[in-house]
Amino acid sequence: MANFVEMSIAKAINAGLRKAMSENDKIVMFGEDIAELGGVFRVTEGLHKEFGQQRVFNTPIAEAGIVGTAIGLAMRGYRPVVEIQFDGFIFPAFNQITTQLAKMQNRSEGTINMPVVIRVPYGGGIGAVEHHSESPEAYFAHTAGLRVISPSNPNDAYWMIQQAIASTDPVMFFEPKRRYWQKGPVNLDEPPAGMHTARVLREGSDVTIATYGPMVATAIQAADIAAEEGRSLEVIDLRSMSPIDFTTIVNSVKKTGRLVVAAEASNFVSVSSEVAARVHELAFYHLESPVLRVGGFDVPYPAAKLEEIFLPDADRILEAVDRALAY
Amino acid sequence: MVQLLSPEGEYSVAPQYAEYAKLVQELSEADFLRFYRDMARIRRFDFEANALQRQGQLGLWIPAIGQEAAQIGSGYAVGHNDHIFPSYREHGVAITHGIDLMSILKMLRGVNHGGWNADETRFHLYAIVLGTQTLHATGYAMGVKFDGKVGTGNPAEDQAVITYVGDGATAEGEVSESFIFAANNQVPLVYFVQNNQWAISSPTHTQTRVPLFQRGTGFGVPGIRVDGNDVLACYAVTKKHMDEARAGNGPFLIEALTYRIGAHTSSDDPTKYRDSEEVEYWKARDPLVRLEKFLRRQGIGQDFFDEVEAAGEKLSEEIRSATFALKNPPAQNMFNYVYSEQHPLIEEQLAWLEAYEASFGDQSHLAVADPSQIPNIGSVH
Repeated sequence: MANFVEMSIAKAINAGLRKAMSENDKIVMFGEDIAELGGVFRVTEGLHKEFGQQRVFNTPIAEAGIVGTAIGLAMRGYRPVVEIQFDGFIFPAFNQITTQLAKMQNRSEGTINMPVVIRVPYGGGIGAVEHHSESPEAYFAHTAGLRVISPSNPNDAYWMIQQAIASTDPVMFFEPKRRYWQKGPVNLDEPPAGMHTARVLREGSDVTIATYGPMVATAIQAADIAAEEGRSLEVIDLRSMSPIDFTTIVNSVKKTGRLVVAAEASNFVSVSSEVAARVHELAFYHLESPVLRVGGFDVPYPAAKLEEIFLPDADRILEAVDRALAY
Repeated sequence: MVQLLSPEGEYSVAPQYAEYAKLVQELSEADFLRFYRDMARIRRFDFEANALQRQGQLGLWIPAIGQEAAQIGSGYAVGHNDHIFPSYREHGVAITHGIDLMSILKMLRGVNHGGWNADETRFHLYAIVLGTQTLHATGYAMGVKFDGKVGTGNPAEDQAVITYVGDGATAEGEVSESFIFAANNQVPLVYFVQNNQWAISSPTHTQTRVPLFQRGTGFGVPGIRVDGNDVLACYAVTKKHMDEARAGNGPFLIEALTYRIGAHTSSDDPTKYRDSEEVEYWKARDPLVRLEKFLRRQGIGQDFFDEVEAAGEKLSEEIRSATFALKNPPAQNMFNYVYSEQHPLIEEQLAWLEAYEASFGDQSHLAVADPSQIPNIGSVH
């Protein structure tokens, strides 16, 4: 019998971090306010007390410094897991991530590995001020040398953070912050899949919805509503935005013939764009309609009182489903 | 400013610098001769590389002429447990730690991005994005401290880290962030700032209102200025502060005041932004000439200088023939080590390229180069 425990996504990440740290003393964790406070979302709560100041520590408010020193520590044989406090604060570290971290293994011809995990709470829906609600994953998915993943439920959160830490490549770990307190069962014995494998969460026959991170719950909600109306939606949780598991998507599209890709990020040159382009290449003769994207508008993330309109909801997904079925 | 050799090659010690002079007194004549040989070797290498660039053999050349004392002096002061995080002009430092000169030429020809093993040589890859390496050095030094390899008192155990940065790069925000992390964690790190007075076309006062050796002070990183054209002073100052870093005294900054006699790179034209009188002034303070004068005062005869000259001729020939023998890398090299673990996009694109190139038969760019055909001429005689 598998050992299932009910916990939130935030607690599941915390439990995954704790397990990884207790198994490998080369793992060090740092970021802004992650020690005594446990981070602004309390994801690292208790870890400073448990593992001590040398393994879990606060940094100066200097994001380039956080990632740059993580690179140096990785060169020394450590496995740093760093936190960027909010999505919108990652850009001071953008240089270190894209010009240094992502390229180091390739430019050193494999003599240096970069087992660095960058944890980033991302996405909107929490009524926050500017720069606290963004979805910057496409910048990193576009950059060769990085792996980019996002869990949508506690079981994935628990296992994927451990898989990210175990990887010898740099991993951008995007945490769906508005779903941090969503609870679900965690199987403490066995991982559901590898961290780059997409999963079919809901089987259906009319239209496939491919999504990831915070929008997975929205897509499930859309599938429930559609079912009441007699439409059968298949929901795929991509789990990984780089690399993308196209096999799972294409297998679904071969069955449904229609695909809607949903994400909070603005559509233009997005992960959704890549899914749409590639599925057209890989499954052209199986498509009954063009792949449609449902995403944030191509505007700066709006003030909080407008975010409900900016963020795609179940109705926006269903509107795209209607359009796909109308072809 | 710490100076032990005057431009005329006279050795004299101001009382406040006696602690540095003590370290020079521990050197032998053989060490002085080694400094000269390597400074002359790297100067010769520089001239030859510049010529190779002009002949189209290199994509770019980055001259270090005028900075040989700063590089050879500091390089030899770095211990054999220490790690070095260079910028991109540290060819002199490179040869003091076993980097094959052809590795540098391969990189500037475009064969690879450096290719030497940083773990084995302790000399990390060149950093092209200015200042990024200071944070890697800081993180590395944090790791040294976590490992308990600081202040044990056992010279075989203790380690320090040195990072090289130019006057221009000190303005990068990441350098300031590195000062904060280094000072807060009291890591064993020395910043060796080569102030060659020009960041491409911008003089140092574009980057700073205060002397650069004071740049770290407010962050908790004390500093000192050394005559960067005085190899003995550069050696002694670096040695002392690397020793102190290893002993657990925290980070320190050395500003070596020198001058970039040549262009920023082979793409640059310094006549557009600086006077020839300024260049002539600094040529009269040439670090190699200064050391030669010192050695002659020490009674070193013409035979030695003739021997160095002959070694330079030989080096030039070796470099030229080794460069001409360089082959283009096989095309699949670009796919190597993008990830250390399996990645479907890389596999898919490499498979596509293999099929595409195969359609060209003998003209395929995927032909594997024979590594034995690439000469390795070694770094130090």
